[in-house]
Amino acid sequence: MDLWNWLEYGAWGLSALFGLHMLMDWLKTDSSYSEDVLTSSREGELEAMAEEHKGR
Amino acid sequence: MADVDITSQTMDGMGPHGTKVGLLRVLGPAHVWALGVGIVLVGEYMGWNFAVGKGGAYAALIACWFAGILYSCVAMIDSEVTSTVASAGGQYTQAKHIIGPLMAFNVGLYLVFAYTMLEAANAITAGYLFSVVATMTGHEEALDQRPFIILVIMFLAWLNYRGVLATLTFNLVITAIAFLAIIVLFLSTSGVLGTGIMEHAALFEGHELPYGWIGVLAAMHFGLWYYLGIEGTTQAAEEVRSPARALPFGTLAGIMTLLIAATLTWYVCSGVLPWEFLGDGVNGSVAPLFDTARLSGSTALVWLLGFGTLFATLASANGCINDASRAWFAMGRDKYLPGWFGAVHPKYRTPYRAIVFLVPIALIFALGAPLDQVITFSILSGLLGYTFMPLNIILFRRKWPLETIKRGYEHPFHPIPAITLLTLCGVTFFAVFLGYGTQLVAMIGFYIVVSLWFHFWRYRFVNRGAQFTMPWPKPRGY
Repeated sequence: MDLWNWLEYGAWGLSALFGLHMLMDWLKTDSSYSEDVLTSSREGELEAMAEEHKGR
Repeated sequence: MADVDITSQTMDGMGPHGTKVGLLRVLGPAHVWALGVGIVLVGEYMGWNFAVGKGGAYAALIACWFAGILYSCVAMIDSEVTSTVASAGGQYTQAKHIIGPLMAFNVGLYLVFAYTMLEAANAITAGYLFSVVATMTGHEEALDQRPFIILVIMFLAWLNYRGVLATLTFNLVITAIAFLAIIVLFLSTSGVLGTGIMEHAALFEGHELPYGWIGVLAAMHFGLWYYLGIEGTTQAAEEVRSPARALPFGTLAGIMTLLIAATLTWYVCSGVLPWEFLGDGVNGSVAPLFDTARLSGSTALVWLLGFGTLFATLASANGCINDASRAWFAMGRDKYLPGWFGAVHPKYRTPYRAIVFLVPIALIFALGAPLDQVITFSILSGLLGYTFMPLNIILFRRKWPLETIKRGYEHPFHPIPAITLLTLCGVTFFAVFLGYGTQLVAMIGFYIVVSLWFHFWRYRFVNRGAQFTMPWPKPRGY
């Protein structure tokens, strides 16, 4: 086993970690917020929100 | 006086509609530049040289410049329209507002396919680069490329999931390094700094146009590779702080950067590598800029261009994930696809479901499809998108003339860029047909089938009124 064999295992491991992190966060987010909040984005909304925020 | 001033500090074409969690406006013009150039620059490092194989070095230069005209038209038209349609989805959203739902659905799919396929192609390339480095550093067995291909896709998807600012700042840094590497290679090998190694006259003698003018035409197919993806800047529209200024600025600076990079790339590679070797991107020069650096005899240049190649590949895959997910998200938000995809992460403010959903699709193509087929489907989807743009701008100017909506940028000489773009798209379709006629017909057949599905089934679920939220005046003639 040389360095590249270890790197192959490392790449498998890191890929699994990144994938698991996304999946776990996804499940946590979906269970913590209602679908109405998560899918409430409408095109063109944010600029107005930002301006509102600045005005306070 | 314009009725609607989208360059206004208080409007930017937007109005409140009940968003509780939306995408975050944090990007500037440099991020827009990094998104556009980052997606494309890998085409300078590899791929464009197939044009040399089709028609010789001069044909590749002619293709480079004609494709440059094509993409300059794309950049100008995009800059004008997107500076008024400052919303995620880019050309999909433009089509929705200007042409109609069926065109929008098709354009949205072009975008998702073009970027997801390109992401897969970049991951395959990154896996190949790791195997080359392994061989160069003395690894004796064949390296298993799969874990590296998967790691590239998973890492970049994770980065995109966690937030757009870090994602595109990362792209800005690695894209700038990859671009500077091309400049340094040019300065070091052309004779500007030290002794030059260019041999254009000797290498071209007797091989000016080896396949005549039909070779020049065939080269147009791969001429696109120098610039394919610059139109992706528009996907940042809902996340830039000032869409009306940052989008045109970033896009036009991007196309200028690419015109310089493409011409310099052609110059240094064709002046060092024989055209038969340069034009064979499979068994000859897979990465021409890297091969040129190796022939320069400078170890520093070899390292610089080696990292440049890897960085360009990563930047492209990264930008593709960003763009494909925004297009998918925007289609979900309008219910062109299930509305479930229109979700935004409440903490990271990214379209997280669209990002995660496209990961397995990219993995399937990266691990299961041949590179040339993946690239061809990406080019064809992109080309269909470019053909839509001239129709889009002509209708945009007709329905909303300059005096009705103030643009962040007004492109000059209308309708000459639109007509030029349509003509060059026609020429390129013919060039693609010469080499990949079956794939072209299959791709068009696919889009006809999904259009029928959309028209007869999916359209009933679309948010017909709610999808139009920008405060534009009524279009002329309606």
